[in-house]
Order: sequence, then structure tokens, then C-alpha cells
Amino acid sequence: MIYLDHNATSPLDRRVYEKMIPYLTDIYSNPSSIYRFAQGARSAVEDARLYLAQLLNADTKEIIFTSSGTEADNLAIKGIACQLREKGKHIITSKIEHHAILHTCEFLEKYGFEVTYLDVDEYGLVNLDQLKKSLRKDTTLVSIMLANNEIGTIQPIKDIATICHENGSLLHTDAVQAVGKMPIDVKELGIDALSLSGHKFYGPKGVGALYLKKGIKIIPLLHGGGHESGRRSSTENVAGIVGLGEAARLAKLEMKANEAKIRPLRDKLEREIIAKVPEVKVNGHPEKRLYNTLNICLKYIEGEGILINLDFEDICANSGSACTSGSLDPSHVLLALGLPHEIAHGSLRLSLGKDNTPEQIDKVIEVLPKIAERLRSMSPFWQNK
Amino acid sequence: MADIYTDKVYDYFRNPRNMGELKDPDAIGKVGNTKCGDVMWVYIKVKDDVITDCTFKTFGCVAAIATSSILTELVKGKKLDDALKVSNKEVAGALGGLPQIKMHCSLLAEEGLRSAVEDYRSKAPKTA
Repeated sequence: MIYLDHNATSPLDRRVYEKMIPYLTDIYSNPSSIYRFAQGARSAVEDARLYLAQLLNADTKEIIFTSSGTEADNLAIKGIACQLREKGKHIITSKIEHHAILHTCEFLEKYGFEVTYLDVDEYGLVNLDQLKKSLRKDTTLVSIMLANNEIGTIQPIKDIATICHENGSLLHTDAVQAVGKMPIDVKELGIDALSLSGHKFYGPKGVGALYLKKGIKIIPLLHGGGHESGRRSSTENVAGIVGLGEAARLAKLEMKANEAKIRPLRDKLEREIIAKVPEVKVNGHPEKRLYNTLNICLKYIEGEGILINLDFEDICANSGSACTSGSLDPSHVLLALGLPHEIAHGSLRLSLGKDNTPEQIDKVIEVLPKIAERLRSMSPFWQNK
Repeated sequence: MADIYTDKVYDYFRNPRNMGELKDPDAIGKVGNTKCGDVMWVYIKVKDDVITDCTFKTFGCVAAIATSSILTELVKGKKLDDALKVSNKEVAGALGGLPQIKMHCSLLAEEGLRSAVEDYRSKAPKTA
């Protein structure tokens, strides 16, 4: 099997798995308990917190473990917006955010908050002038993703943070696709809150975290026993947290080597597909883009057919076509770039990981042109071409 | 996604019967729109009120292509009025069923044929 869907989820690193095992078996204690047996679980959670803090250049007190990236997004948006509701009820985000942000904002709109959704340019970059013009006295929170999951475009988050802070607004960033792939220094970038997810960078599913800058108060989503300094109650998912911590530790050590391996493969894939398949459009920014992500539109064909044909070749990929989402509309991200529906329907996302080999990439380069040709031969729009 | 279709759907998607343009068709039906992602063109040849040949070209998902293809088989050799009685449920049924969210694809096939027959009847000289 050739797995090229790392932006959906990544395989669990074997070393991470080994680290987790004791906390699923022998070391089952509740970290909050008083006896010595609980010490092992407690210190494992705190070690993980340290590794994660080090990956982001944050303080350990600034890390709140959650069950997912989605929960971290929900906690940040609802928690900060509700905390600051007396100060203002205006939020700014972008049109290409993950649904964990967009649907959370839509939820808040139903409860009296106002949300501005910023446009993006053809490469997926947020318009900073529009951001400046949209900021108001009552804008308490801005949430702009660091790197987009579909097209990989990386936002100028430091500039965005500066603009927000000049207005006295906080900046949250959904960094689920960026953490573990690229260096992130929350202090240097001026980020107030950041969401991440373990399974996007070789950690386990079911665990994520929110970085929340010291001094920022938040209303919790989960009330209960007061875990995570009262910001997220629930007995800790110890094994998951240990896995997340180990994934963070490994990412810090191996990020550069991973990039050095993955980027040339992605670039080759992009180059060869463009050379071998006519009428292909690459989506996302040419340079400011995650080095593992390739999103293309194969004009005149529909994405699901491409995916199924790739699946017959044992290649796992993804698409922003309507048929793969269960709705009739293609990806909101591709539409926000200004792509017409019929082109957005023909999108294909190939997202690479550290275990992909040159041979696997060659195989995709070999089969994709044939698939495109076959599907185009069926398409009425390809007529007379 | 992969397990939501029957083997028959995959078969008709991978080996579509009657795919392609028909040479000198007597009529063409064009239905669907690119906004929702499905467009189907149906070509027919008619002799003595009977569909003697039928082919298709489709822009769309796996279900759209499979339903287009099996439709051509279902209506070939049928009298025009009988062909019009082929319902979308029959099209879906012939494929061993479709997932609920894909039923609109079978509707597209039914509409495609109707459009082709209308095209034919609008052009054909009235003999009666």
C-alpha cells in the first residue's frame, strides 16, 4: 500500500507506540491519586507536557491536554469568546479554516456573537488589509490557521499577530497541520493560543492540546474535577498524552531530516504530474506551503473517480470533491480560492510522510496519467480536446 | 468511501459499457450541471421507434458513471415509450443498489434518457 494521506492522519510511530504500552497495561493509576503507585502516571503526563512545551517554545503551564485538535479549537474559540464577552462579541476568522473553527464560529453566531470571515487570495493567503479593516473595538479574538489542511498554504502568522495585538485582540491559530512538520516558536510568532493534534505527526488519535499563553483566562468546555488547572476536567488519557509527548520529542529531533526527505519527493511528484498530465492546476501557494502537501485539480474529471482508481492501485489519497464529502458542494477551501465548481470537483490531495519512498512516488507518477486519461475519455467536457 | 458501493457499481465504473460518443447519433440528451458535479450526455440511435444503440459520456463520481453505463444497457433494444418507463429505481436496482446520498445519480440517468428521447422527438418528422 502507498499511503499519501498524511494530512488526514499519520501512522503511529513504532517508538511512540512502545512508549505508550506501559500506560495501557501496568501503569494504570489515576495520575491524581495520592499513593506512590500514581507517581508513575503523574510524572509521565508532566514529561509529555514538557516535551510538547519544548516543541513550541512554551511554558509547561501553558499546555492544556485535550481529546483532539477539534476540542482544542472549540476550547479556544468558545472559551476565549465567552470569557471576554463583556469586552466584546466580535470574532474574526478566515473562509478556509477547518470546520472545527468554522462550525464553532457559526455556533457562537447563534448566541449573539458576530463573526467576520476573511477572504483569501488565489493562493489561500489571508488579506492583511482586510484584517486591519475588519478589526473593531469589540473584536476580542482572531483565529487564523497556521497551515491549511487541504492546500498547505502557510499564513504570515507573525504579521497577523502584530496586527491583532495593536488592536488589543487575541490571536488563536489552528496549527493542527503545522505542528511537528515545521518549527513553531509561539513566543517569537506572538501567538496567544494554538491548537494541535497528536495523530497528525505520528502520535496517537484521541489526544490533542491547546497552548494558551500565560495570563489568558478561558472558560472551560468540560467542568468537573478541575484537571489541567481547572481548564479541562477529565481524568487524563495517560497513554495518549504520553504518546503525544513522545511524538513531540521525536518531531523536535527529526523535523529537519523529515523535511529533507519529504520535500524533494513532493516536488518531484508535482513536477512529473505537471509534465505528464495536461491541464493540471496546482492549488496553494507556490512557496509558502507545507512541504508534504500537493493539491492539484485535474480539469474535466471528478475527484471521487480518481480516488477509487488510485485505491484499485493500492494508493490512498484524498479529494475536496463533493462526492467524497457527502455534500453536493466541493471543498469550501477550493471555492474560497476562486476556483469554479467544475474544477474544484476534480481536486486531488496527496500528502506525504516520512515513510514514503522514491519508488512509491514513481508508482504514482506512473499510474496517475493513465487514470486521468481514462476518466477524461469518459468526460463530455474533454470532447474535442 | 470504498465500501459503500456494490461490486457491480465498481464493475461498471471500471469497465463501463457503451462509453463514448456515438457516431451520427439521432439524438443527444444533455443533463446535469457542473455546480453539483454531475453532467451526463446520452447518445441514441433510433430505428422504427426502437433504440438500436445508446452510449454515454459522463463527468461525475463513480455512481454517476456506473448508472450512466447501465442505463445504456437497460434501454438498448427497447421501444422509446418503454425506454422512458425505465425508472431511476430500476437503474439503481440493476447495480445492486446505491447509497442514499448517491440516488440523485440514478435520477440523472433517467433524466438523461428522457432528454435524449425529447431531442429525438423534436427532430423526427411526424409520420402519422
